[in-house]
Amino acid sequence: MASRDTIRKKPKDTKGTFKRLLHYIGYYKFILILVFALCFISNILALLGPGMAGSAINEAAAGVGKVNFDRVFYYAGRMLLFYVLSSLLTISINIIMMYVSKWIAKGMRKDVFDKLMRMPVGYFDRNQAGDIISRVSYDIDVVSTCLATDVVQILTSLVTVAGSFAMMLYISSALAAVVVVTIPAAIIYVTKMRRITQPRFAKRSKNYGIMNGFVEEMFSGQKTIMAYAYETKVAENFDRVNTAAANAYYDADYYGITMGPTVNSINNLGLSLIAVFGSFLYMGGRISLGQISSFVLYSRKFSGPINEIANITNELYSALAAAERVFGLLDEEEETVDREAALELTDVKGNVELRNVSFGYEKNKTILHNLSLKADAGKLVAIVGPTGAGKTTIINLLMRFYDVDEGRILVESRDNRDYTRRSLRGAYAMVLQETWVFKGTIFENIAYGKEGASREEVVAAARAAHIHSFIMRLPQGYETVISEDGGNISKGQKQLLTIARAMLYDARMLILDEATSNVDTGTERRIQKAMRELMKDKTCFVIAHRLSTIRNADHILVVDHGDVVEQGDHESLMARRGFYYKLYASQFE
Amino acid sequence: MKFILSYAKKYRVMIAIGMLIKLSAALAELLLPYVLEHLIDDVAPLQEVKLILLWGTVMLLLVVYVRQTNVRANRMAVGVAKKTIYEIRRDLFWKSVNLSGGQLDEFGLPSLNSRMTSDSYNVQSFIQSCQTMGIRAPILLFGGITITLIMDAGLASILCIMAPILIAAVVYVSLKGIPLYERVQKSVDDIVRIMRENITGIRVVKALSKEDYEMRRFEDANREMADRDVKAGIVMALPGPVMTFMLNIGLTIVVVVGAYRVNDGATQPGVILAFLTYFNMILMGVNGVNRIFMMMSKANASANRIAAVVNSEDELMPIPAEEAAVTERDGYIVFEQVAFSYGRHPEPDGETGEKEWEIPGTDIKLQKEDRKNSEAGGKASAEDRESSGADGKQSDISECSNGKTAESARLSALSRFDGQERQKCLEGIDFAVKKGGSLGIIGATGCGKTTIINLLMRFYDADEGHVFIDGKDVRTYDKDELHRLFGVVFQNDVIFADSLKENISFGRDVEAEEMRKAAGDAMAREFIESYEDTYDHRAVVRGANLSGGQRQRVLIARALAAAPRILVLDDSSSALDYKTDAALRKAIREHHADTTTIIIAQRISSIMALDDIIMLDEGKIIGHGTHEELLRNCPMYREIYRNQMGG
Repeated sequence: MASRDTIRKKPKDTKGTFKRLLHYIGYYKFILILVFALCFISNILALLGPGMAGSAINEAAAGVGKVNFDRVFYYAGRMLLFYVLSSLLTISINIIMMYVSKWIAKGMRKDVFDKLMRMPVGYFDRNQAGDIISRVSYDIDVVSTCLATDVVQILTSLVTVAGSFAMMLYISSALAAVVVVTIPAAIIYVTKMRRITQPRFAKRSKNYGIMNGFVEEMFSGQKTIMAYAYETKVAENFDRVNTAAANAYYDADYYGITMGPTVNSINNLGLSLIAVFGSFLYMGGRISLGQISSFVLYSRKFSGPINEIANITNELYSALAAAERVFGLLDEEEETVDREAALELTDVKGNVELRNVSFGYEKNKTILHNLSLKADAGKLVAIVGPTGAGKTTIINLLMRFYDVDEGRILVESRDNRDYTRRSLRGAYAMVLQETWVFKGTIFENIAYGKEGASREEVVAAARAAHIHSFIMRLPQGYETVISEDGGNISKGQKQLLTIARAMLYDARMLILDEATSNVDTGTERRIQKAMRELMKDKTCFVIAHRLSTIRNADHILVVDHGDVVEQGDHESLMARRGFYYKLYASQFE
Repeated sequence: MKFILSYAKKYRVMIAIGMLIKLSAALAELLLPYVLEHLIDDVAPLQEVKLILLWGTVMLLLVVYVRQTNVRANRMAVGVAKKTIYEIRRDLFWKSVNLSGGQLDEFGLPSLNSRMTSDSYNVQSFIQSCQTMGIRAPILLFGGITITLIMDAGLASILCIMAPILIAAVVYVSLKGIPLYERVQKSVDDIVRIMRENITGIRVVKALSKEDYEMRRFEDANREMADRDVKAGIVMALPGPVMTFMLNIGLTIVVVVGAYRVNDGATQPGVILAFLTYFNMILMGVNGVNRIFMMMSKANASANRIAAVVNSEDELMPIPAEEAAVTERDGYIVFEQVAFSYGRHPEPDGETGEKEWEIPGTDIKLQKEDRKNSEAGGKASAEDRESSGADGKQSDISECSNGKTAESARLSALSRFDGQERQKCLEGIDFAVKKGGSLGIIGATGCGKTTIINLLMRFYDADEGHVFIDGKDVRTYDKDELHRLFGVVFQNDVIFADSLKENISFGRDVEAEEMRKAAGDAMAREFIESYEDTYDHRAVVRGANLSGGQRQRVLIARALAAAPRILVLDDSSSALDYKTDAALRKAIREHHADTTTIIIAQRISSIMALDDIIMLDEGKIIGHGTHEELLRNCPMYREIYRNQMGG
């Protein structure tokens, strides 16, 4: 919804956005200068055409048997030449501009994507995927379409208007006075109408937006609506939305639809005036028949771009607004760079310590208060608690997706900000509950963490994750392509794949988000077995859902409402008869 | 097309009047250059000021007449389009919310959304434009040809040769362009896919420091897209200049041949002048007819998609009593040897005909090309351009909504009707629950738990066997009557953008006291009443301003509110912590003792206290009994218990 709304808004910082857009265009400035030159020539040629046509007709008007065909052919030849050249130039301009605009779009897409890769994880938590994607798929397209056509259009219009007016003046300045009547009439009318229609069209878009939203919401709840026999009520609500949308459309187009005939009539009015005054001038012998015909042609050309201007400005604005959204993304804060003398974290044993750590996603909403925790090499730390922000926060800090506000996280007795991000993150393997696979072969998916992994290594990891035999049963084995979102393999198998990926990655520390048991028992058993194998000899941080994991943990963090309320091992926590005790006991109720 | 006509039929008188008006306007417009020619060729040489003024006035009157009639007819067209589309949308919406589960699966949510929005806009703009342009363009085309034939058949033959070439060129380009755009669309899909993969997997990508690799992967797709885009763009950008090119060649020929004919005394110089005007008019006609065809094929595809929904059969109508099955079994809810499979598959091409048109930006490009064509033509009528302008806005809007629905299509591709894989089915399901009793259903995802509810509430009909409620075959119930027995929370159920009050009472007349009680039982009362506006507090779309646990509590309150006979909770306690979950179960036990309860859960702790538990595996009941019985007799149940409880 956001994309639609903002796209129709006027850009906020027109100038700034325009400048930055110029920066992108600037790369092609020589090509563009060439295009401008070609455009100019092509339009001048096109303008000379009607003059030649007029001259030819003049020669033809000599009367029966008196036509000088040499002259006619001379003018007709010129006319054809000018027109042909002009068309050829226009075609090449179109082709060049198509290349330039698509290349610019390609550059912008690259910049956006590269930017995304440098963005902190938090950005993706805050923004909807759909919105980010629409900037690449829709906004950039709007910008490039505008560049491809509107830029040339504007230039053409300027040359045409100026050129044809000059020609009209040249042919007959008296007749050109007609324009003094029609042009202001057209301009006044168009601007006046825009003032009437603009808010109405905006209202129409808004109503369409409301209707889209309503429909989407209701359809997604169709089953619920039916289950509560709520259809009639919903249909009544929709009737309101539908009526409003239909009325807004009628209201807007009722006025909008008059624009065409009216501007057309003003042009026709011009034609009539030219006919009458032209006849008078002809009577007075001050103009020839051929001149009148050229004049008519020029006057048509002249009035052509006038009401285009409104359209083009509209498009320019929407392109600028789209560009602004793209630039807005490019201006987002990036992940802070590594410290200058950042070390490579090598020789990891798996000692991690959190010392008086405080952290909050927002400035005055601290989520972790003064948390301390020591995990020695090979130890298992379980994090438990009801659904809430707290559990993943700790993982976010360990992986340095976020940096702590206060306190320190020590890895191998050094502040984790002293290491390069790449090497720090490389020290952890990670298996998340939301399994992530991408479109590619199973081999690629397992080998993802280790570039250049050999076939043997991948197979070994798959074996260790108890998924090798499943893979071998697939028709293409390791070369089977997993579809987008992994729709063609089951949830459990996806989980096993990500475990295999982590196996291959083989880091000294492991972050694990246990999946709740929503797969069949056979797979469940395999997953558990694989996880146990994965956890062997590693320092593990586990968001625990299983009592077995919790009980075996060396250290348990109990999180509630984003606070660590208790910590210790299972026995000591049970003995306290506090929050953990209640949580644990309620499972048996 | 038939479908649109069936709705527009009602307004045939209005459409006919509008078209007649349009016809007269178009004819009057055709006369203008004729008068111009007459004025210059015949009147001006007479040196009569009065006559010139007279003819000038005639022209002026024609101009005014054309304008007024066009505006009038256009407004009528807008009115017809408005009324028609309102009715189409009304019927489409009503049908959509009443689709059976099977039908819903078949169409798919995203597709229903786009039928409701972008397709309806397409149809609307077609209904409008075919009235505003449908008369004018052909009249300009054929009228122009006719008049030139009358004026000078010899010169006119040049036109007759040019026109088909023009049409052929345009048709060829659009035919060639569409497959090219399909390729572009594929590239766009790739780009979007890679972005989506990276956004959803950003933690993995960062954890493994694969940023550079991903940038390279994106760049490959990006380059391919740019290449294809350029190719398609060039093909689509050509018709404009090519048409101008052809036109100008035609003009030159007219001038030369005209000169010969003047020399031979076969024609007047003014005729050549008028010809130039008519030439442009005919070009505009070609342009217009071409546009109408493009629009028609687009609207036709859209109309067919809408019609497919509106004309779909009414399923799930109550069957007559004599066809109903009867049961001897005792029990409020009875399943008798039920088997079921989601037999229907989603339309492989649910987006029939849409692909060609749902290309982001293409539409705009086409519009622009058109504009340029007319521009190049030198004197395209402003009306033509303006209607294309308005049309451009139209497509802009549908474009946005397309973008958006396509978006949500991808987002919700997984969360289809039942959120489960289609091929899973039920077999030999047989159980009974007594009035006021409780049943727990447990089993892995996709084993058919939700399907049991789908059959019980008759979103689908069973393939074999029968389902009974209160001794009556569910198929004999009126749909609403049946559903009113239930209070239900589905998996991933929805909160609507409305007050909490309306979300809980949900169209039923629930007393304030009753609502508070329901909220209390659902453990929702505390947080709702902590709001300043308590039950009038507004939830936003999908309840995004509530936490997962709060949403679930509101949903449970909704289910409990109207004192349902049957309460169904499908995996609805997963976002509740163990404590709240336990308290909820206690409240149901104590305050809703008469309610027959079915609870579907992943956690054994949520169901172990119920009267009866069914353990499902791959659509079959593999264990049935109380918690203790299952622990004794059902190995799989025992194993899950051990896993979850760490025993």
